[in-house]
Amino acid sequence: MAICLWCDCDIVPHITWPSLFSPEKPTRLCQACTYRLYKLQGPRCRICSRETEESTCHDCAWWAQYFNNEDVLAFNYAIYLYNDHMKDIITKWKYRGDYVLGHMFADVFYETFQRVFSNLKEEVLVVPIPLSDERLAERGFNQAEMLAHFLCEQPSSFVERVQGEKQSKKTRQERILSKNHFKIKKRINKPVILVDDIYTTGATLRHVAVQLRKNGCPKVYGFTLARG
Amino acid sequence: MSSNDMTPSQVIPPTTDLAQIYAGKCLLRNEIMLDNIQFEVLLNQGIFKPLPSFHRKFLWHQCNRCGNDKASLLGTIPCARCHTSHLYCRKCIEMGRVMTCEPLYAWAGPDPIWPCHLQPCTWEGQLTSAQQQGASCVADAITQGRSELLVWAVCGAGKTEMLFQGITEALKQGKRICIATPRADVVRELKPRMQRAFKGVSIQALFGGSAERDGTAQLIIATTHQLLRFQKAFDVMIIDEVDAFPFHADPSLPFATYRAKKTLGTTIYLTATPRKQQRNRIKRQKLPHVFIPNRYHGHPLPVPQMRMTRTLAKALRAYYLPDSCITWLKKRQNPQRQLLIFIPEIALAKQLLTPLAKTLITERVIEDVDSVSYVHAHDPERLEKVKQFRQKELSVLLTTTILERGVTFPSVDVIVLNAGHDIFDEAALVQISGRAGRSADDPTGEVVFFHDGKTEAMMQAIKQIKMMNERGGF
Repeated sequence: MAICLWCDCDIVPHITWPSLFSPEKPTRLCQACTYRLYKLQGPRCRICSRETEESTCHDCAWWAQYFNNEDVLAFNYAIYLYNDHMKDIITKWKYRGDYVLGHMFADVFYETFQRVFSNLKEEVLVVPIPLSDERLAERGFNQAEMLAHFLCEQPSSFVERVQGEKQSKKTRQERILSKNHFKIKKRINKPVILVDDIYTTGATLRHVAVQLRKNGCPKVYGFTLARG
Repeated sequence: MSSNDMTPSQVIPPTTDLAQIYAGKCLLRNEIMLDNIQFEVLLNQGIFKPLPSFHRKFLWHQCNRCGNDKASLLGTIPCARCHTSHLYCRKCIEMGRVMTCEPLYAWAGPDPIWPCHLQPCTWEGQLTSAQQQGASCVADAITQGRSELLVWAVCGAGKTEMLFQGITEALKQGKRICIATPRADVVRELKPRMQRAFKGVSIQALFGGSAERDGTAQLIIATTHQLLRFQKAFDVMIIDEVDAFPFHADPSLPFATYRAKKTLGTTIYLTATPRKQQRNRIKRQKLPHVFIPNRYHGHPLPVPQMRMTRTLAKALRAYYLPDSCITWLKKRQNPQRQLLIFIPEIALAKQLLTPLAKTLITERVIEDVDSVSYVHAHDPERLEKVKQFRQKELSVLLTTTILERGVTFPSVDVIVLNAGHDIFDEAALVQISGRAGRSADDPTGEVVFFHDGKTEAMMQAIKQIKMMNERGGF
């Protein structure tokens, strides 16, 4: 029997006639824990995935202006809202280092990726946001890389974080105005999809995007698990 | 020149100081507050001893910190530090991740010396003769270094006071003592009482989110979870409410308490409702015990009444109070008492609150809606609400089983809605009944189980209460 990754209870499958003949895919979360995750739906900002009635939210308009009407990030697609439950999961997964918790997102992450990015004709590169060496040694794994592995066998790793302060400890202003800590190791001529766990202000993704564009990348997309 | 040129003795604090902090613990490297050079030296001297973080038990692995061997709680991580995939423990991850590539460190240096207090006890109260009997047994077990003793005392017997004599004896002999309890609320409540009773002794309270974390005092009051960091630390281990959740349900907690005491240490179990396993051991005379059937005020325990309520399921589904309950409310012996209502589920508490308030207002039990509230384990204002109830700002409190033990309200009537629910087992029902009649001013109180079919647990609970009253001479 499957066991819920979050609450460690047994997942009792609901058996109906249809499910008897074509069994559903086993889930990693029990029903109660699944319900507490909120999937972003309805109208959203076309750039950053925030739930809003406007086509472009206030923050993304500010970013567009900041880059002289040519935002370096084409758009970012986020799957979940960063609610309290999501916050608890990400804290335990990323900061406490409970690696296997990430597996609960494997199917959703892959399926959504297929749906959202299937219309991109040319070959794209999947690039996880890197951690600094110091932080990687502390945590033991990179959560963005884990997510990227759900999408392709061999995510590209030509982005490097030179020095890493924690973004989550900074205020919004500090994040946006902080120095760019990313370096690109080679020139690229293919579009890139950046993968990360949370989109909060969009500063990290745009820092990488700026560097990628400077190194010849035609278009940069974002794909994150949650929208903060 | 750099600090590397200093001799180790200049850099490293004396081992006697370190022993105070690190002896009797089992820690991860990042929990040891020494820099790498100091730590290397101590490790080479054999003062810290590395222990493997997992060991193999036949076909599966077991975490050496929390004893977890459940496959779903042992994860595999592709570690960026050592570039291999290996095990880590998911069970105790909130206290820092235990991984195969990083050992746990135990102190192997000289034992710390705890002060022998001449007159540690500053408590001036008087014990009743029943309490005195219990206290002497505890003190004997500690001074003679016996391995186990179970103190079976009814709810409201005054268990804490019974410990003072034993703790005093232990402190006189320079022993280290731990009082472990499954609940953080109890730790918070116990600490000031202990500090008043033992003014000259270093006392620390450890629970999730407590200000004191290092656990360096001679007398430690801790939740059982916090004991996972200790190993062979205590001469006397007192486990309060051994039968309570999560102690009996989570195997890592008995594991932790067993490991935290020294090999020749004494374990004292306190309970009002021993589980079957303990009662069997008592019966076979494998577990020495002392039974205190009297409450401190000398009155018998209130015996619960059972009320058959055929409409109970229907009423709870539609969120209203069943008729038999209202009938009982009208005929209460003493309508001045506060009312504690136990319900099986959290969801029910929220739904039942407003209709309940309306009914109670029409029945003139309360005057306004604000004097009714509910508490459950995840309620952020739980402490505040319990305090309000204790100060009589609330007159009716709906609660899940979290208030079943460890709390004292002077004058309450207790009702259990749907007492036949699985969550109310024998121990829970005895504990719930024990909330009534706690004070000497109002030593009786009514306890009513509303049910739609008697269960074994209800019958056994009532039988146990009657048995205890009988043994108490009533």
